[in-house]
This record gives sequence, C-alpha cells and structure tokens, in this order.
Amino acid sequence: MKRVNALTRAVATALTLAGLAFAAVPAQAALEIKLDEGVVEPIPIAIHDFLASNPRDQQTAANVAGVIRGDLERSGLFFPLDPRSYIEKISNFQSFPRFADWRVIKAQGLVTGQAQQLSDGQLQVDFRLWDIFGEKQMIGMSFKTTPENWRRLGHLVADAIYERLTGEKGYFDTRIVFIQEAGPKTKRRYRLAIMDQDGANPSFLTGGNYIVLSPRFSPTTQAITYMSYERQTPSVFVFDLQTGQREVIGQYSGMTFAPRFTPDGNGVVFSYSRSNNVDVYVADLRSRRPVRLTSDPGIDTSPSFAPDGRRIVFNSDRGGTPQLYVMNADGSNQQRISFGQGRYTTPVWSPRGDLIAFTKQVGSTFSIGVMAPDGQRERILTSSFSEEGPTWSPNGRVILFTRTTAGRGGSGGGSTIWSVDLTGRNLRKVLTPGEASDPAWSPLNR
Amino acid sequence: MLRVTTTIKYGAFLVAASLLAACSSTKEEAPVVAQAPTSSITPGSAEDFRVNVGDTVFFSLDEYSIRPDAQAVLQKQAAWLKQYPSVKLLVEGHCDERGTREYNLALGDRRAYAVKEFLVSLGVDASRLQTKSYGKERPICADSDDSCWQQNRRGYSVISSGAGS
Repeated sequence: MKRVNALTRAVATALTLAGLAFAAVPAQAALEIKLDEGVVEPIPIAIHDFLASNPRDQQTAANVAGVIRGDLERSGLFFPLDPRSYIEKISNFQSFPRFADWRVIKAQGLVTGQAQQLSDGQLQVDFRLWDIFGEKQMIGMSFKTTPENWRRLGHLVADAIYERLTGEKGYFDTRIVFIQEAGPKTKRRYRLAIMDQDGANPSFLTGGNYIVLSPRFSPTTQAITYMSYERQTPSVFVFDLQTGQREVIGQYSGMTFAPRFTPDGNGVVFSYSRSNNVDVYVADLRSRRPVRLTSDPGIDTSPSFAPDGRRIVFNSDRGGTPQLYVMNADGSNQQRISFGQGRYTTPVWSPRGDLIAFTKQVGSTFSIGVMAPDGQRERILTSSFSEEGPTWSPNGRVILFTRTTAGRGGSGGGSTIWSVDLTGRNLRKVLTPGEASDPAWSPLNR
Repeated sequence: MLRVTTTIKYGAFLVAASLLAACSSTKEEAPVVAQAPTSSITPGSAEDFRVNVGDTVFFSLDEYSIRPDAQAVLQKQAAWLKQYPSVKLLVEGHCDERGTREYNLALGDRRAYAVKEFLVSLGVDASRLQTKSYGKERPICADSDDSCWQQNRRGYSVISSGAGS
C-alpha cells in the first residue's frame, strides 16, 4: 500500500541554528512537561501557520499547522492559542521570533514552520519549536514524504514536539483499527475499519456481510489479527494490510477467538473452544502449530502478552467469576491477580510493561481501570453504563475503549470510541465514521 | 418466559387491529392478523419445529446450566428429532449485553454446548448437532432492561438441513 512506502521514505532531518542571528539567552526554567506529576493545566502554545515559498503550497502549509494544533489540543497537555490573537506575523522561517510579542499573548511555546514541494515531487516540512521564556530554539527538524500523506507530516511534527517537551515518545503518527457498526442491534452489521488516530482517512477492510470482532495490530508488521464469522466456524484471521489478503490462522474443530499478536509479531495467542472447553493457545504463524497454555475446565480467554514476551495476562472464571490471572509464556505458574469486588475482563498489558488495563463490572456499572501486574494499585479511570475493551497508545499514556449507551424503545444502544489518559483525565469521544467499537492502537509510525 | 411476553404483545396487537377494524365499520371482514391453524403446518417442517416443538430455551444470568423450563422444551426437541432422523440442527448460544464481548463469546459457546449435550443425553446423535456462539452480538430484544436481557440469554435451535417444507 502507498502508506507503507511513504513510511520508509518519511525522512527526518535535524535543523540546526546555523545561519540564524545570535541572540543572548537569559537563564530561565526550561519549558517542559512532567507527565508523572499529572498535568492539570494545559500549556499555552502558539502554532503559526506554516510558510510556503510557492503559492501552490500555501493551503497545505496551513493545513499541516491545523493537524499539529489538533493533535496537541486533543492530548490534553497543550492549549493551542487562537491564531487570530497572534501579534507577530512570521514571514521568515530563518529568523528569530519577537519573543516579547509571544509573551504578551501568554504563549509558552511557539511552533514555526514551512512547507514546500521539492523538485522530485516530495513534500517537505521544516519546523522549529521555540521556548518563549527561555528565548531559544528547543528543536528544529525536517520531514518529507509524498504529498498525499501531508497529514502524516503534521503528526510527525506533533510527535517531535510532544517528545521534546515530555521526554516520552508521541503517539500522533499512528492508526486505529476498529469495528464500524451499523443497523439495529438485532441485525447489526460489522465492518473491519482503519483510520488515523485523529479520525482522518477512514477506510473499510471488510464489507459487512459477516460479523467481525476484536481486531488487533501487529507490533512489528503491517498486519491485523481479528475474529470473523466468514466461515462456518467463527475463526481467528490475519489481515495483511499491504496485500489486502486475509487468512485463517489454522484449522480448528471449534471456535477460535480473542486473538492478540505475540510481542515479536510471529505468533498469535488466542482462545480455542475444544470439546466444550475454552482455553488459551499460542500458535506460530509460519508453522501454524498450536501450543495449549491452559487446561482448566473454566473459561480462559482474552490473553495478552507482556511486552517482554515472558508473561501473559488472561481472563478466567475458574474461581467462580471472571477474574484476571497472570502466567508464564509457557503456561506455567498461573496466578490470580484481581481480588477487588466485581468481575474483571479484557486485560491488556501496557506497552511500557508497568500496568495492565482491564474492564471491571460492579453491579450495573462498567469501568475501565489499570493495575500493576501483581494486582496492586488498582485505579479506575472511567465508568458508565457500559464500557469495555481498553487498548494502549504506543507510549502507554492514553487508553482507548468502547462505550455503549443503554438501549431504549427497541433500537438498542449505540457504541462509540473514547479516549482517556492514564491519570483518568482528558476523557474524549474519538471521531469515527458512524458507530464504532473494539479499537486497537497501532505502534508508532504505522 | 419469552412465550408469555410474546403472547401478550401479540394479543395487544390483535386488540389494536380489531379496534381499527371496528372504527372503519367493516365488521364482516376477517381480522387483519390471523394465526394460521396448526393443522396447515407440514409435520417435520421447520415451521412444525418452531411452532409445535419450540426452538428456544433460556438461561439464568451468567449460567449455562439447563433449567427445568428448558428441559421440557429440549425433551420435545429430542422426541421430534427422533421422529425426523434426517434433520440436523445448528444450536446457537447467545448472551445478554451485560458482559464483555470476548467473555460472552465463551459463555455463548458454553450455552450452545449445554443444549447439545442435553439433547445427546436424550438419545440424539451428536453428529446431527452443531453449535455456534454469537456472544452478545445477535440479541433478539434491543432494550437495556431485565426482560430483554432474559430473552437474549438463550439457546436457539435452527434446522440446518433435512426438514420437509
């Protein structure tokens, strides 16, 4: 697919201050965001419309700045100031801004940039991030790609700004795979869909003639694993985003479901219903040979690997109600980790390895929460009538999940995708084409 | 339980229909909604199975054990299946919406198997019974209340082949 080729050609270059006039830099506290201290007040930042030397590139330059503003605003860490309030109109990318003008409007950071189409047809974007109080450039970089992927250039700039100010990788140049839902609850149509993390560029990978559920991104390749009713027996498939090919992961006599990739991307861990017993299996995608990891007579499902590949968290009702368990990658040493009141399901290990997100049901309320892998320090992030299925941003700072409203008057409730950050702040609805559920976040730059 | 609810709703519809008929003062006309007499149903047909035997059994919250009311329906299903030995069934397992997708796929699977195993225990050949879980993805009742949730926690037996028409 075009996107993949473009990815390999999205070239980043550091911009230095060479050629810029020297300016005295007063000693000031550096502009930075400390995520672990819990950001309550978003930082005011100005993102000037990018400049274009050729009038042909002017609209693209302005649009790229819009993508950056959108990304930074949705993160909850930044407050992009209204461009109409800007005093200085930047006209030269190579000169220092008038810092005093930006202090007047209370900007703490300023982003300037330019966009131009190169002679080889590539679109290049250069940007600088300025510390207004420190009166210095914090970072300057250049990215280029094919012109139709101009939004990615905005996301790459936003990721660079996020990383420079927080010290952690961004998550804006990513995609979300999800299930698009339509029609009444009793005859719902489900389509496998994919879009950029900001809701742009949605496309559908299946047509809606059969049920598809629980898509998950490969951590290493352009592939998605999901569960489909396209065959007589509902089965786990892998969808190759580069070729558009979909393939069942093996021949099984009963239902296979709840798939996730292994951290190396070479295998899938999933549930298999064999002889009326649902257990966790892992299968290498080349040999296709399944290895059984659990054999308890209870339901064992929703397995998720730790990023180091050494342990698996899963859901089991062997103790009477659904609870979370952790085992070694070979199935040994199965230990229950959830002991709070209620039912715990859909555990998913953070890409940072330090937390497990889950769905919790207590009485008539569903919640999304996180806990340490030993079950300690449980924290509920959000609750409502129905929410489930958390998925982590690649930097482990943001969680997406499905929220469903109660059905009334025979039409059934609607499903939407929401995001919330690790501290429980910044709860937002994610833009999707129609109703949507089962989000799964891609790795960075995918 | 579904039968009771459905009958009441059906009855209400009949009353409404006959009121309409009364308003337009066409007394001689037959009721708009008329139930086909049982005798017109072909024995051994899918309709015979649905109407005269019963294709649905219900489960309690978070349970997959066969309740006494379900046992009565499954005994009729087993007797009918013995009478029409070429018929094959697909048993669907369904759940209410108050659980997560993946857990409900497993629970629906359990319910379908429980129906199959009960029919097998009554002498139906296992090779005539397939199972499929739909989890919470195919409710028959869309509201979020106890009545709908009970209707949705079900094992639904649908004839996949071998029935007369």
